[in-house]
Order: sequence, then C-alpha cells, then structure tokens
Amino acid sequence: MSLRCPDTVLACFICLGAGLLQAGCEREQRPTRAPPAASGTGDPSFTAQGVLPADNRYEENAYAVSQGKVWFRTYNCNGCHGQGGGDSGPALMDGAWRYGADPASVYASIAHGRPNGMPAFGQRLPEDQIWQLAAYVRSMSGQLRIDVAPSRSDTLQASEPEGRREKAKTTVDTSGRAGQ
Amino acid sequence: MSMHGRPFATRMPQPVRRPARLVSLVPLVLILAPAAAAAAPLQDALRAYGVQAEHIGRLWNFTLGLCALVFALVLAAFVCALWSARRGDAHTEPDISSLARPERGIYRIIAWAVGISTVGLLALLGADVVTSRALARMPLQDAVNIELIGHQWWWEARYKDADPARQFTTANELHIPVGRPVVVTLRSNDVIHTLWLPNLHGKRDMIPGRTSTLTFRADQPGTYRGQCAEFCGLEHAMMALLVVAEPDAQYQAWAARQRQPAPEPATSRTRRGREVFLGKSCAMCHAIGGTTANAVFGPDLTHLAGRGTIASGMLPNNRGHLGGWISDPQTLKPGVSMPANLMPQEDLHALLDYLETLK
Amino acid sequence: MSVADSTTQPRPARGPGSVAPSAPPAPSLAPHEAETLEQTWRDPPGIIGWFAAVNHKTISLRFMVTTFLFFIAGGLLALAIRLQLARPDGKLAGPDLYNQLFTMHGSTMMFLFAVPVMQAVATYLVPLMIGARSVAFPRMNAFAYWIFTLGGLMLFIAFFMGIGPDAGWFAYVPLSGPQYSPGKRVDFWAQMITFTELSAIMEAIVLITTIFKMRAPGMTLNRMPLFVWTMLAASFMVLFAMPAVMLGSTALITDRLVGTHFYNPGEGGDALLWQHLFWFFGHPEVYLIFIPPLGFMSSIIATFSRRPIVGYSAMVLALIGTAFFAFGLWVHHMFATNLPELGKTFFTAASLMIAIPTALQIFCWIATLWSGRISFKTPLLFVLAFFVILLAGGLTGLMLASVSLDTQLHDSFFVVAHLHYVLMGGAVFPLFGAFYYWFPKFTGRLLSERLGKWQFWLFFIGFNVAFFPMHVLGLQGMPRRIYTYPEEMGWGSLNMVATAGAFMIGASVLLFIVNVARSRRHGAPAGPNPWGAGTLEWSVASPPPAGNFEMVPIVYGRYPLWEKPRLPSHVAGLINEHREVLITSVADAELDHRLWLPASSYWPFLSALAVTALFVGSIFTPWAVVWAAVPVAIGTTMWFWPKRSTSDMRVASEQHPELFK
Repeated sequence: MSLRCPDTVLACFICLGAGLLQAGCEREQRPTRAPPAASGTGDPSFTAQGVLPADNRYEENAYAVSQGKVWFRTYNCNGCHGQGGGDSGPALMDGAWRYGADPASVYASIAHGRPNGMPAFGQRLPEDQIWQLAAYVRSMSGQLRIDVAPSRSDTLQASEPEGRREKAKTTVDTSGRAGQ
Repeated sequence: MSMHGRPFATRMPQPVRRPARLVSLVPLVLILAPAAAAAAPLQDALRAYGVQAEHIGRLWNFTLGLCALVFALVLAAFVCALWSARRGDAHTEPDISSLARPERGIYRIIAWAVGISTVGLLALLGADVVTSRALARMPLQDAVNIELIGHQWWWEARYKDADPARQFTTANELHIPVGRPVVVTLRSNDVIHTLWLPNLHGKRDMIPGRTSTLTFRADQPGTYRGQCAEFCGLEHAMMALLVVAEPDAQYQAWAARQRQPAPEPATSRTRRGREVFLGKSCAMCHAIGGTTANAVFGPDLTHLAGRGTIASGMLPNNRGHLGGWISDPQTLKPGVSMPANLMPQEDLHALLDYLETLK
Repeated sequence: MSVADSTTQPRPARGPGSVAPSAPPAPSLAPHEAETLEQTWRDPPGIIGWFAAVNHKTISLRFMVTTFLFFIAGGLLALAIRLQLARPDGKLAGPDLYNQLFTMHGSTMMFLFAVPVMQAVATYLVPLMIGARSVAFPRMNAFAYWIFTLGGLMLFIAFFMGIGPDAGWFAYVPLSGPQYSPGKRVDFWAQMITFTELSAIMEAIVLITTIFKMRAPGMTLNRMPLFVWTMLAASFMVLFAMPAVMLGSTALITDRLVGTHFYNPGEGGDALLWQHLFWFFGHPEVYLIFIPPLGFMSSIIATFSRRPIVGYSAMVLALIGTAFFAFGLWVHHMFATNLPELGKTFFTAASLMIAIPTALQIFCWIATLWSGRISFKTPLLFVLAFFVILLAGGLTGLMLASVSLDTQLHDSFFVVAHLHYVLMGGAVFPLFGAFYYWFPKFTGRLLSERLGKWQFWLFFIGFNVAFFPMHVLGLQGMPRRIYTYPEEMGWGSLNMVATAGAFMIGASVLLFIVNVARSRRHGAPAGPNPWGAGTLEWSVASPPPAGNFEMVPIVYGRYPLWEKPRLPSHVAGLINEHREVLITSVADAELDHRLWLPASSYWPFLSALAVTALFVGSIFTPWAVVWAAVPVAIGTTMWFWPKRSTSDMRVASEQHPELFK
C-alpha cells in the first residue's frame, strides 16, 4: 500500500500559496482599534508635528476603505459630491483635483476644509475616520488596487463599483483657488 | 444623582399567575445551574410570559412527550434485540434462509411499526397546524405598532401612531403595555438580523429589502431580554434588546415622556455638557430631540437616561459604564461603528452630567 | 473469452469463512499470468509515478487520508471554539478570530470532510463489491482527488494568512456580499465551494457509471450490496444538488468581483435568493452525508449478525425515497423568514414525512439484529451507537420540522446540538465503524480491539457530554455564533460541561490515530475475510492485488461468499497485459463488451494544477479565466492524447489475439 506523501510536495504548495498571498495579510486586517493618537478629534498629529504622513496606511486595507465608504454616506458627503459625480461640490471620480490628489492633501481637505465651500471636519471626526475617508475618496477615481477598493454596495447603483474604475490620471489644477 | 438601577437584578412584581412552564428536557441538567438561572435575565423559551410563547410552549410539551415516548420504545426494542439475540462470531455459519423464503412475520411487525410511526408524524403535523393557526389568530385590537429596524449592532425602534405628532423614536429598549397586542414591523438597515424574545414569542428575520411582521402580547409585567439570532457580523454576540412590559398607565406615561424633546440644561455644567455633545463628533451620528443634533446613523439618545442598559443591552446604564463606553467603545465591542472619544476629563464629566438629564 | 469452472488450475481456498467448506476451490490464474496482471495494474514507481497513479485503490487511500486530515483540522478548530465558549466573557479569541474559527470549522467539516470521505471510501470499495477491476473513469477519479486537495489547501492557506472566511459556513448575503464583507475572505470561501463541488460531481459520475456498467456478470440490481445502492442514490443526489450551490456561489462571486446584482435588493435582486439556492443544495447535502453511512450500517450489521439484512427491497426503496424527498425539505432552514405561512407548513409536512423511510430502515436493522447471532466487535459497536445518537438527533429534527416550534429553536444552540447528533450519530460513528471493519482489507492488518473499544466508549460518552447540554442551552435562550456571553445569563456551567466533552472526543480521535499507527506495523495479520462476511470484497487478498480480481467472478446472489458456489463461477479471458475491464448491462449485468482503461498518467494532476490556477486567479481578476484557460486546454488535450504504445498494442490484440490470453 503506497501512502507516501512526500513532505516536499506539501512544502512546495505551502510556499507557493504563501508567495501568492503575501499581500493578503495587510489587506485583510480588521483594524477595530485605532491607534490612540488617531482617536481624538482636532488633528493632534498635524498640529503637533506640522507635517502629515505622506502615506495612508489604510490604502492597503480593504476593511478600512469600506469603512471610509460608510462614513462618506453617513456624514452626507454625497450631499455635495453626489456619488462621486459632483454636484455643488466638485466631482471626486475624475482625475481633476484642485488641492492635490495625494493622501496627505486629501486628508487636509477633509480635516481643514477648503475655499469655495468645503467644510472643515477635523474638529468633528476622529483622525482615524478621516484617514479612512481619504482612502475611500482616492478609490473613487481608481487610485487604489482592485483588491482593496470597495465593490458594489447593496443600494441603487449610480456608477461602476470603485474597484472596477480605471485609474484616472490625476492632474492638479490650481486655477480655481482664491487668494493663493 | 442615581441612575436607573441595574436591569439584571430587576425585581419583578409578583406575577398574577404562574408562568406557563414548559417541560424541560432533563430537569437534572438544570440542577447544575439553579441559582444562576434564578437571577439571570429573562431570556429563555422554557418560561412563557405571553400568549404566543404559551402556544409554542404547549406544542413543545406535546412534541417532547411524543418524541420521548418514541425514543423510549425504539430504544427498548433495540436493547431487547441486543439482549435476546444469540451470540456468534466470524466462524458462525451465516443463516441465509431468508434469501430463499421471505420472512412474512417480521415484515408484518415492521409494517405495523412504520404505520404507527406515520400516525405519530401526522399527529405532529396536526399539532403544528393547530399551533400556527393559533399564532396567526391573536386578536390585534388596540395594538401598539412598533417599527423595529436592525442595524449592525443595535436596534432602532419607531413607535407608530395614526397621529404623526405622537410618533417617536428610541433605541435598544422597548416598553410595551401588559395585555395589549404589539405588532412589530421588522426591517433591516444592512444585513440580516433576527428579533428573538424567547419568553414572548418565536423569532423572525429582519431581511434587508423585505418587511416582516411579528405579533405578540406580554401577559405578565417584567423585563424580557432578547438577542439578535442571525449572525450579523463582528458584534453579533453583543446585540441584545430589553423589552419592559408594564401596566398600561405606566406605559402611557413612558410614551408621553418619549414624545417630549430633551429638557433644557439647567446648570452651567450641563450646558457645557451639551456644548461638548454638539461640538464634538457625537452630533455627527446621534440625535437628541430639541437640539440641533439630528443624525440617524447611531441610536437616538433623547431619553438615554431612562434606559436600563447601554451598548445595545450589554452594559448597565450608570455613570461609570457610560463614561467608559464614550471614551472607548472598542474595549467592549471591538468593531462597533462608534469611535473612541478622547477628551479632557472635565469635558467628559460635563457631558455625562448632561446625558444624565435626558430622562 | 470463456467462463472458467473449477477444473482450471485450482488453488486452495484462502482464509476462514471465505468460502463454504464443502465448495470446490476457486479457479485462478497461473503465477506468471497473475504477475503480469499485477504489473499492469500497479502504480508506476518514483515521484513521477506518485503523481501519475490512477489505480482506484491508491487514489482512494490518499483521498481517505486527506479527508481525515481535514477532519482533524476541523476538530482542532472546534476545540478552539469550545475553549473560548467554556467561560462567560471569554478572552481567548476576539470576534474576528472567532468568526473565522466557526466558519472554518463548519466549512471544513461539511465541504472538506463529510461528503468527500464517503466518496473516497466508495471509490475503494465499490469496484471490489461489484467484482470490477477498476472504477469507470480512473483518470477523472484522480483529477477529482487533486482538485479537492488543492481547493482544501487553498482554503487553509488563506486561513493561516489571516484571509480566512468569516461569514459562517452558509455565508448568508448581504453579510457575505461585497458591502459587508470587504476583502478576499469570502471570495476564497466561495471559490473553495467551486473546487469541492467540481470534485464531488466528478466522483458522482465515476461512481454512477461504475455501478451501472461494471458489475460482475450475474449481479443484477436486485443482488447489489446495499452499500452500493446507497452510493448510487447519493451520487444521483450529488448531480442534482451540487449545481445549485455552484450556481449560487458563482453568483456571489460575480456580485463581489464584477458588480452584478443577484443579491442586491436595491437593484432588483433578493437576499433570500441566496438562501433558496444554498439550502436547495444544503439540505440534500446533509442527506448525502447521511446516506452512505446507511450502507456501512447494512454491511456491518449483516456481517456481525451472521444473516442478510431483513427486507432488502424495502431498504432499497426507503433509500430511494429518502434521496428523492430530501430535495423537498429545504425551506425548513428558512422558517424564520417572511415566506408565506402555508408554504412553510408544506415543508413541515415534508420534513416530518421523510422520517418514514428512515424509520423503516431502523426497524429492519433492529429486526436483523434480533434474529441474528451477534458478535460485539468494535465495528458493530460504532454502528450500534447510531441507534441511540441518530435516533435522538432525528427526533430533535422532528421538533425543528414544525414551523412554530422552529421559531423558538432556530439559530440557537438547540440546532447546534441537533445537527451534531445527526451528523456524528448518523455519519461519523458509522464511518469509524467502517474504518474498523475495512481497515483489514485496506492494509492486511486488524486494528486493535482493545484500543477500539476504549476509543468507542470515550467517543460515545464524550459526545453526549459535549452535545446534550446544548439542547438545554438553546432552550435557555443561547443563540448560535456568539463569540461570548455575559456571566448573568447563567450559561456558563453547561458550556463548561460541553467543553469537557469536546476534549473527550478529541482524546478518542487521538486514540484512533494511535491505533492506526500501531496496527499498520504490528496489528494482527488479517486474511482475506477476518469477519466472515458475505460480499465480494472479502474474496480477494488483504490488501487486494493491484488488479482486484484475478478472474471476474459470476454472481448468483446477494451474499456470494455465504451462498453455495455455482458453476460457472468465473469469467476467464480478459487480457493481463493491459488494463482491460468487463462491461455489463445496466439492469441485469449481462456481458456486453470489453473495454481498455487508460494506464497511469500525470495529466490529471497537471490539469488540476491548471484549473487551480484558473480558479484562484479568478478571485483576483477576471482575466485569469482567459489566460489560465490556455494551460487548462493544454492539460486536458494531452490527457486524452492517445499513446502510441497503447494504439500499437490494441491493433496487435485484434490482429493476433493468440498472443494475448
């Protein structure tokens, strides 16, 4: 009776799987507890150090981006920005940005507000939630990987799911700024 | 200032009559935890405090009795077979006479047994049909109408009325009048939840995109605990509901209070507390009637101080627990939508003072 | 080709009880011919040979070992769950880990253990029981094994990487949908279903074809062993049930990855659609798990009562009735939804009525035991546990069948108790009995009776200690799938008892592993028929030669080894130089034609790798379907590409038949 199960074969499979799914660890964490500094409102990290981190660690985390989508609806961002197509506020699904498309700029837009009507939410939202919102906003123009960006919601469908949007080429157009 | 007492030790007024007791499976097993069971919150199907649960309880007694009888009979036949059969081993000559001649006698016995089993099954079917009819025919005059909406991981309750001015919204704790029917319309805001109040009725799913209805009546005053019974995500285990059944007069008084907006804060500390509430992130998700806070994402807090529990039935509603919950809900319910709220201690105490006024 | 009688090259009868003492010795091949036969059917050596093996016994043993490893994995997950629930406010596992634990436990046990193990045992035993040299599609059989293993590995690798599914083993939408389960966790779960159901459907096709077309001459459907009947019924059920879940899980995958709206109420879909599709599969699934062990029961009870099972025709009809009715019960999993009440009551009636065929089978077995001469060996002990545990589980099932009562019991620990009583009592206990019974046939050695009895009692007592309190917990209001509970609820002591029982079960499984490990080397040698049984698999050596039967027997009754041998007794003339098998007609097993089956091939394995790449890749991008279709096409084309040596041999066998005996 030949029941030999070569350990090498099993090891090969495990290595193959581990290699393929290396990115999985980061993507699948459920960050239920925010770091203490990020829990408070009022932007302690910005005022304390004056420099925002360049990267948004939530851009690798699918759960955080989906939470960002929840906040987008909860805090009525779609009241001005629609489902991304824009209304009284600018469209967020396209590549045209007024104040910068990188994570830190998007964070600053949400936290400190911008001219022409963007309110400042820094006093009212925990820092952690603003980072999640920033990650979601960037996913709306396809900046995030397909496996991290959200898929369709269980609602009326306004546009393609964020994960299936083509990555828009971002341009920063400062002509709309006042007093800069 | 004292808060509402610990709900889990609520002393119930003496019941008018003994609750319908269901036969429990093995009373011996319950001996293991008698003391705990006596002090435990009311959340079990074995004690019926409402007419619907009583109907189901009668069906349970009948079914348990019939199934226990069947179990005993078949087991007896089985043990008899093992006891009285002769013994053999691998070398015993096998008896293949049945291959040539059918064993009519044995067939007849088996046929009778199958026939009796069928009769038993039909009896169970009949009992179920009778019970279903009784459940469906509960009289609904003068019913209290509640719309219950499931969220991850809390319960939103909207009391309906023909007069829109008499409608109000609350969360996680229902009050109902004893002896009057309650019609609960069930919806869900996100995933499938299930309302289950075992002492009052069976459960019903709350499915997004669909509306279902549960009708029940509490026949004894008391506080009944229910829990979400359909796996709904990270904190499914922490989604409990309290239903307080009280005499109609007390219920009307409670409902009248619920219809009032929140009282104006009287002291400077409570005014400061309201400022904290409105100025920080609280107002982004919660509503307090009579203030500018009108968000619908989280539970309505207009009458928070009148509730026995917070965090959807999981924590007693007292100052210490409320302060801890506001500061960091993730310690109790990791993954809940409410973030941690770090603030200076005076702000927190002012906020708590203000919340304590929301009776 | 001629039929041989006992005057051709007689050999002495082998083993006690295999043939009635007064019978003439069975005919067999000359030693050099037997050696040629052995070489033809043996697996090729070396590591390439290991991947190229398609002998049904080899594949089946691997399959059994793999499913048993998944059983142990699922059991360890269960122990973790029980440790967390043993005390109120448990802190061992947070909600995220706990949700993954119970999802992996359920998915492993249901998809990776319960059904595959039955198919694994069947692909070993069915050819031996029907007098065939092989299963009908040996390479597809091998492919099904590889696909199953790779799918199970994928799921566990995902779990260890932190991407384990966490939406429950039946993953209701919208919780498992794209909005509420972000990331890839549920995608891996849904794709695992595709793997395992593909494997199950292929095995079902293999078994149905084998049973219908490869039975020994004279083995009419009326003379087939009851185990073969159960596998036939179960395989037909697979064909009808698995497509429903494949369809449903594919719709879930496209909802999640592509943005379709099957389950989106906002765009015209329906959350209940998932439940219907899943449970249309899910209810027959549990009968799929339950029906093959009914075959184990019939085999073991007949042997250890020293008499045929009472009421063969009734047993067969009960089986077919159960298989058929199982498709009409699925809504009883949805009694708490807002489906119309009268419709639900129809399913109450159906769920109650399916107890009738099972009751008939139980009564027939009791009658067999009563009128037989019983030998209380370990296989029989495990089978006898069925009568206590499954009986209790079936009766709690009748309680759950009633709509009104189910509204109190659904989604509580009462259901957890019920499902473990029927699954363990109805499937796992008889499965262990089957292992003890057929282990001598697989390995040539007997398992230790002493360890076996210890294992049995530990398992039986531990099982009841673990799961009986859960009935009470459910009635006391404890819902399912909660990662902890408050102290005030009073559920702590019963939960602690249940945890203790779970560890007893774990200890008993450990005893089994020890028993197997020791007996493989030092167990008492078993002859061909240590139990004195009556069916054909006990007429060959233990373990069987690579070609199963030197000469295909002719069957005259249901228990060929117990009945008086008649002449002609065997079929002679199948060639030994290639894998030739005898094909017979469906109903009466009359000789039809001879068929050459393929020899070893590594293309099933390579094709399985390609299909795995396609399935796993499609979790991440739809383009994987396109690009991975290329290696799949290559693999399957090479699979069927004829070998020149085979074609030459075929021509030679027709032009010069005298060279082939």
